[in-house]
Formats: sequence, C-alpha cells, structure tokens
Amino acid sequence: MMTDSSTLFPGLAQPSQTESSPPAMIFGFWIYLMSDAVIFALLFATYASMSRNYAGGPTGKEFFDLSTVFYETLALLLSTLTCGFAMLSSSKNRKTWVLSWLAVTFLLGLTFILMEHNEFHSLISQGMGPDRSGFLSAFFTLVGTHGLHVCIGLIWVLVMIAQIMSKGLTQPVCSRLIRFSLFWHFLDLVWVGIFSMVYLIGAL
Amino acid sequence: MFGKLTLQAISYDNLIVMGGIGLMLVAALTLLGLITYFHKWIYLWNEWLTSLDHKKIGIMYIILALVMLLRGFADAVMMRTQQALAVDTNQGFLTPHHYDQIFSAHGTIMIIFMAMPFLTGLINIVVPLQLGKRDVAFPFMNALSLWLTVAGALLVMVSLAIGEFSTAGWSGYPPYSEIEYSPGVGVDYWIWALMLSGAASTMTGINFLVTILLDRAPGMTLMLMPLFSWTALCTSILMTMAFPALTVVTALLGLDRYLGMHFFSNGNGGNLMNYVNLFWIWGHPEVYILILPAFGIFSEVISTFSGKRLFGYKSLVYATIVIALLSFTVWLHHFFTMGASANVNAAFGIATMVIAVPTGVKIFDWLLTMYRGRIRFTVPMLWALAFLPTFAIGGATGMLLAVPPVDFMVHNSEFLVAHFHNMLIPGAMFGFLSGYTFWFPKAFGFRLDENWGKLAFWNWLVGFYLAFIPLYYLGLMGMPRRMQHYGNPEWQPFLIVAALGAFLIFIGINCLIIQLVVSIWKRHENRDAIGDPWDGRSLEWATSSPPPAYNFAVIPEVRCIDAFMDMKEKGVAYVRPTSYQAIYLPRNTGLGVIFGGSAFVFGFAMIWHIWWLAMAAGLAMLAAIIVHSFDDDNENCMSAAEIKLIEDSRFRVLSEAKQTQKNGTHLSINPLVYQE
Repeated sequence: MMTDSSTLFPGLAQPSQTESSPPAMIFGFWIYLMSDAVIFALLFATYASMSRNYAGGPTGKEFFDLSTVFYETLALLLSTLTCGFAMLSSSKNRKTWVLSWLAVTFLLGLTFILMEHNEFHSLISQGMGPDRSGFLSAFFTLVGTHGLHVCIGLIWVLVMIAQIMSKGLTQPVCSRLIRFSLFWHFLDLVWVGIFSMVYLIGAL
Repeated sequence: MFGKLTLQAISYDNLIVMGGIGLMLVAALTLLGLITYFHKWIYLWNEWLTSLDHKKIGIMYIILALVMLLRGFADAVMMRTQQALAVDTNQGFLTPHHYDQIFSAHGTIMIIFMAMPFLTGLINIVVPLQLGKRDVAFPFMNALSLWLTVAGALLVMVSLAIGEFSTAGWSGYPPYSEIEYSPGVGVDYWIWALMLSGAASTMTGINFLVTILLDRAPGMTLMLMPLFSWTALCTSILMTMAFPALTVVTALLGLDRYLGMHFFSNGNGGNLMNYVNLFWIWGHPEVYILILPAFGIFSEVISTFSGKRLFGYKSLVYATIVIALLSFTVWLHHFFTMGASANVNAAFGIATMVIAVPTGVKIFDWLLTMYRGRIRFTVPMLWALAFLPTFAIGGATGMLLAVPPVDFMVHNSEFLVAHFHNMLIPGAMFGFLSGYTFWFPKAFGFRLDENWGKLAFWNWLVGFYLAFIPLYYLGLMGMPRRMQHYGNPEWQPFLIVAALGAFLIFIGINCLIIQLVVSIWKRHENRDAIGDPWDGRSLEWATSSPPPAYNFAVIPEVRCIDAFMDMKEKGVAYVRPTSYQAIYLPRNTGLGVIFGGSAFVFGFAMIWHIWWLAMAAGLAMLAAIIVHSFDDDNENCMSAAEIKLIEDSRFRVLSEAKQTQKNGTHLSINPLVYQE
C-alpha cells in the first residue's frame, strides 16, 4: 500500500525533513486499522457466542428486515465507490471534483446512519432494546460500534471538505485524504462482515 | 445538575482516607507553592507540559510512575499490616469495604499506572537515541498518550477523595462488578481509568511500532538493533494488538452498568465467562508487555557491565519474538477452573510451559554473556544479577501453576499472589529500576549516587524475599487471597514475616528518594561530562548527556550490533563533523494537555453521570484534535549555525574531559571511554 500510494501521489514520495513523513503517517494508520480490527474481531466473537442467548426475547429472524439492510448496504458500498472517485480526482488535482465526490460520500454515509438510527429506534420503542437480552446487547453493540465509526468518518469528511476548501490539495491534506479513504474502506469491509454474519445468518 | 455527585461522596468519617487526602493535598499545595514562589510556571508550561520532545515526555512518564509507585506501595503496606494483625478477634484497622478498595487500587495502580508509565517512559527516552533518530514517528500522538495516562491516574487518585474506588479487584470480575452488586461509583472509576490509559497505551504501541520499523540510523538493519529496541518493538506489537481487548471488555462492562445490557449479567442471556476470556486475552499479553522491556534492559546492562558483546544476540531476538507470539496463546491458564474440558486445559497448560523454553534461552544467554566478562558491580548490574535467580524461582512456580490439577489446588490462593509478584517484581520492577539507574545520567547529565542505590537495592531484595516467600507457604496451607480477616492463627507468623518484608521494601523506597535528593545535591561530583558514563555500547551513549533537542547533529553510521563500542574501538567516536545541516523539530503545543485535561473531566463526568459536562468535555477533546489537524506548519527549524554553537561547546567539554583524564582523575568509571 505504501508503494501504491507513493506512485499514485508522487508528492508523497519526496523525502521529508521530518520524521512524521506521509509514508510514516499512512503506515501508522494501517497499524491503527489492524488494532481497530481487533476490537471488531472481539465484538464479532462476543456476538457469535451470544447469538442464541435470547432469554425469551425476540430472535433475529423475528425482526431482521433484509430489505432495509439491503438499502443500508447499498448506501455504504456506493459511498465507498464515490470515496474512491474522490481519491482518483485528487490524484489528478481536480479540486471541485474531489469536493463534489466527498459531498456525495457524506450524503450516502448520512443516509446509512439515518437508516440504522431508524432501525435501532423502532427496535427500542418495541421493547426490543439492548437491555432485553444478551443477544440484543451483543447485536446493538456490534452494529452500533460500526455506526459510531461511520459517524466519526462523517465528521472526518466534513473536516476534509473544510481543509480542501481553505488549504487546497496540499501534501498534508492529500495524506489525510488517503487515510480517510483507508478508514472508509475498512468500515465497508467490517459492514460486509456484519451483513453476512449478523443479518444473513440471523435471518435464516 | 451534578448527577450522582453530592457532598456525601467525601468520606469525612474515615480517618485513614482523610489522612491520605490530607497528605496528598499538602504535597500538591507545597509543589504548586514552590512553582509559584520560584516563578516557574511559564518555564514548566513552555519547556515541559507543552513539549513534544520524546526525552521530556519520557521523563514525565517516569515521574508519574514514581509518584504512583508511592501510592501503590502505601496500599501494599496497609494490606500487609492488616493481614499481620487481623486474626481471630482482632479486626485490624481496615474495614472490609476499605480493604477491598485498597487491594483493587493496588493492583490497578501498580500495573496500569506504575509499571506501564515506567516502561513507556524508558522506551521514550532510550529507543529513539538507540536507533539514531531525532524523534518518534508521531510526536503529537506521543503527547496525547502521556496526558491520557495522566488523566487516568488522576481519576484513580481522585477516587480516594471523592466517592470510592472499585472493590472488585484489579481484574473487576462480574457479576460482582455489575451495577446490581456494585451500585457505587467505584467500578466506574476503575472502568474509566482503564479506558483512558488503555487508549493511551494503544497509541504508544502504534507510535513505537512505526518509529522502530520505519527508519533508523543508516546501516542499522533490524538484526543490528540493540536488544532493548527489539524488546520495545515486540512490546509495541503486543500493546497494539492486546490493548483493544481491554478497551472492549471495559466498554462492555460499562454498557452493562450504564445501559442495563446483559453481556456479563447472571440472567437475561448474559455470560460472565466472556468477560474473563476477554479480560485475559488482554491480561496475559500485558504480562509480557511489562516484562519484555525489562528483559531488554537486563540485556543492555549485563552486556555493558560485563564488558562483552551479548552472547547469542540472535537467539535473544528470536526468543523475544517467540515469547511475544506465545503470549497470545495462553490466556486460559488464568481460569483453568472455569470448567473447560480436560483437553482444553491441557492444551493451554502445555502452551504455558512452552513459554519457559525461550525464557530459559534468555537466562542462559545472559549467564554466558557474563561468563569470562569483566563484571563491574554497579547498581544497574546488581538489579540484573538479583533478577536472574529470583525470576527463575518465580518461573518455576509458574510451571507448577501451568499444570491444571495443581492449579485447581492453589487457584485463588496466596500461592498465586506470591507467584505473580515473584514474576513482576524481579521481572519488571527490578528491570525498570536498573534501567532508571542506567539511563538516568543520559537523561539528566549526572549519575545517581551509588551508595544509596546499593542500600535501596539490598533493602528491596531482602524485603522482596521476606514479603513473598512466606506467601507460597500460606497458599499451600490453604489461605485464599484478598482476606481482610481470617480465623486460622497458624497463618499469622508467616503474615508477620511478610509485613516485615514490606517494611524493608519501604526502607528501600525511602533510599531511592534519598538517592534522588543526594544525587541532585551532588550533581557536580557525579557529572557525566562526555555522555558515556558506563563505557556504553549502543548509540544513546554517542551523544551528550542530556542530549540536545535534536539528539544527533549528524546521525552516526552503524556497522555492527554494538555500534558505539565499534566507533570507540575504531577511534571515530568523537570526530568533529566538518559541517552541519539545519534540523526540523516538532513545535511545542498545548493541545496535548488540553486533550488530557478534557479526557479527565469527561471521565469524571461519566462516572458521576453529569451528562452535560461529559458532552462538553467530549466536544473539547474532538475540537483539540480537529484544531491540531488544521495545523500544517507545526515544526521549528534549527539553523546550522545554532547547531554548530551547541556542538562546539560539546567538543570543548570533551577536550576538557580528555585533559582531566590525562592528569589522572577519571571522570568516568572506565578509562577506555575517551580515547583518540
């Protein structure tokens, strides 16, 4: 990845005077993602071990609505695509395009979060909140942690939009943009895991 | 408005607690008064609190560790005294509730707020110097780690005065730690202190992983890195991969307590064994996070004071890597009694025993490094020498505990308490104290007093044996751990001996304090003028003591494992460079302190359910990060002329030192140090 990004963004390959050079930043961010992956791995494991602890409460089959989840997935996967377009535009130094694609990414991410919020809200209002059973605790926590990450990603997009508008596509801004796209793709991957392991298996 | 917080939260009626608070307040006020009296606030802010210099951050970490050592040790003395007294009709001087808080605080403080900051501080000071670097990969994140750790430590300290601390032990097992059985704020203090410092340690791990792997002095391949840097690398990997488990487990317990979820509760589909598994998935690697850096320190110290290259450098490196990997495969041995099948227990028991193999390799490497060496019995070396046999005893009892049937007999007994203290005191604490004495002159420019250091050492060593060997017997006699009161008078003599041991360690700690004061007093006598007080072998000794902000004006080239020794032998150690280049260094920023301060307020507000304040503090943390992200011009340039000025004065001191050496008075222990 490090070589990829430096060929994609020649400015990053320039030797830096300082130690916090962009390659270090990106390598460090990969390590952070691995560390975050451990968090998700443990939440997945916890969910797996509690996925049958209904305690007389609802099972996944009773409330998982695959069509909602389909649209959620669609929104998130599309946002990854548009994030990729933003990156491609940034490598061609097309500021307006980067901004537009980032704005679309933000809107798609927001759509995802609003849909998830609706799902959670309706579950809780029907008495199927996280305090109902071990299964629901694990479900809400796993899906909610992913949602929290997406929210942080949304704040990050806004910060990036502000920085591109005020600073332009400078080297540090581009480096941050690369890290954001890594983060966003990572969340997509985690969602694929949640989609298959929680929703698909749960709806069976 | 103030959530659960009322004036009743302060326990006015408890004399011991109020005494402790009084002492803390007096100490804090004296300190603040002194700073104000000497007009040092601006100096403190500009030179220390806002600094991103890895050496200063390291020093602040170690100051935190030493302060927390005093607090954690005060807890230890109270426990030992209580157990020496509280037999039969005597109830001792601590109520059960108070005693339970003390053992919970003792464990939490010693591991999370003493050992972790101590090793992080040493890694901070030494690793960039050993690798010939000017700073860590992410200086600002380094400051965030420091101030988050401080915030966590402050929460523990505040819990003494406001509210209470957890009574659930340092491991906080549910269901006891659930809101049903621990309705107070104690467990919440514990959760938030661990959350903040856990995040800090994860960031430290990422930081040093990148620092060590990404670039080093020219010529320094991985297999030419000094052993301390190798252990720092492996510890960083463990921190990055294991600490997320602590974050998860404390978060899930918090969700149970705050939102009524059922991860670990007794009913509603909760499963408390998930907690125990998650906790030790972090907890066992944590043991190696503590011990590996100490192994690195012992390697450096033994090699330096034997005047020999490390025996079996490669085997030491591979042993370190193997220990780091195996540390993830043994967590179940902390709960053989969970009821897993015999096959599961056997698998984890064997994995545990396998760890003894690389550890044994290390012990033999150290012994063979000393073999036919010219051993100098300095204070760092004494700690290392005492470590070898003492740690071997601890390891042997660990082998016993790794056998599931034996573990069933002594589980949760004083035998276990004796075992893990027998690993962590020689394995970690002796190592850190050795490293503290070894690198003190590098950080401050003068050596610590040898005599007081030796006194401290002997008191600690004898105190350790007296305090913990009796506990093995008590464990075999069936005494459970964590008892505030007991009925069996046969246990008392052993507990009195253990209390005497704790008292000796108390003297040892006082010797350390006196050593520090005396050394500062006599700093001119023990001055390390040339930067190489011990005839050192690795690059940190190649620069002055204390090193300039940029560490090395010209980064030295590395050709073999003992890079600096090689330079001295070839006579190129003190060659003046022909020209200097400008150097960029990270500019100070107050955002780290602001972030840490907000994190403390956030934790405190969450503990007391003051939601508006938590929200405000959380926003302040977010704002600090965003503000920092906008700052692209965050470096200062040091011009070549400035550097030349500093370096010229260094070479003046060096030639003076050479002069005095010719006149017969040795500034350094070893006359080899300065040759041309």
